[in-house]
Amino acid sequence: MNCCQSNNEKQTGRVKAGLAASWPICLGFVPIALSLGVLAQKAGLVPWQMAAMSLLVFAGGSQFIAVAMLAADASMTAIISTTFMVNLRHLLMSSAMAVHFPGVSRRFLTLFAYGLTDESFALNMARFNQGGWSRFSALTVNHATNAVWVVGTVLGVYLGQLVPPGAAGVDFALTGMFICLLVFQLRGPIFTITALIAAACSIVAYMWLPGNAYVIVASCLAATIGLILKRTLLKRRITA
Amino acid sequence: MSSRDFLFLMIAMGAVTYLPRMIPLVMLSRRALPPWFAEWLELIPAAILSALIAPTLFAQSAPRIFTLGKIELLAAIPALLCAVKTRSLAGTVVVGMLCYWVLGLVM
Repeated sequence: MNCCQSNNEKQTGRVKAGLAASWPICLGFVPIALSLGVLAQKAGLVPWQMAAMSLLVFAGGSQFIAVAMLAADASMTAIISTTFMVNLRHLLMSSAMAVHFPGVSRRFLTLFAYGLTDESFALNMARFNQGGWSRFSALTVNHATNAVWVVGTVLGVYLGQLVPPGAAGVDFALTGMFICLLVFQLRGPIFTITALIAAACSIVAYMWLPGNAYVIVASCLAATIGLILKRTLLKRRITA
Repeated sequence: MSSRDFLFLMIAMGAVTYLPRMIPLVMLSRRALPPWFAEWLELIPAAILSALIAPTLFAQSAPRIFTLGKIELLAAIPALLCAVKTRSLAGTVVVGMLCYWVLGLVM
């Protein structure tokens, strides 16, 4: 009895540590979640649809993109394949994270993977590397941030009902957001070159291909050309 | 889009989001991704965002033709500068929206 009580206390402490660590992410999520909700409302989504999207997908960037594509009447195939490509980067984070879970049950890992976002990954990795970070604290970070995200996006839909269509340039909000997210991604010359190639490919593909296929075609092509450029330039630099 | 179609779309989006998050964690082999694939993955987000924005700025929608005269393109310039200078998401969106709104009134 005594041992179980102290185990319970330990567990509560780990959850509390997770909650204490996740507040900066939660705070950061609020304005983003609200604006996603507002834009989703403008794209015709109702509260339950927003809740379903935030619960089932839980990936900010791809949710913004999906809302933009829904507003543009894109096909389901285009939306699903774009979502897949956008979120494929989590393969990297998931494999980096795996190091910190030796011998942990699959049940825990399948639950943990649901909340693996860019933000929770960055925070949990930093804490794990500092040491003394429990996997239950890490799980708490994932789910606390998810809860804030779901509530925030649904509140945003209600907020959106108060914003008249076309008010103060709201139609440009998504484009502005994507521009800033793109700038965050430009972490070196090769990223900028890839982005420029992607833009050129995308405009050509947009004119030649039907529907929204241009996003996938242009981004895969640009990333491949970018990778080849990076590898050949790097090789030349080594041999020179 | 019907409610059924919407739910189907969300489940499919959820699945393609969840699997890349789950598979490397659960695979006990702990094999690292091949380096070329990891490097390719790193370039993907920048490529997608750029591919997504470009036609909005540089092309008309019906018919689909190249143009340099869109208000979106003009508003994107201050937004881009703001993003580079401040690295603020909210700031960039507000500056872009304001410019787009004012340009729409003027032009």
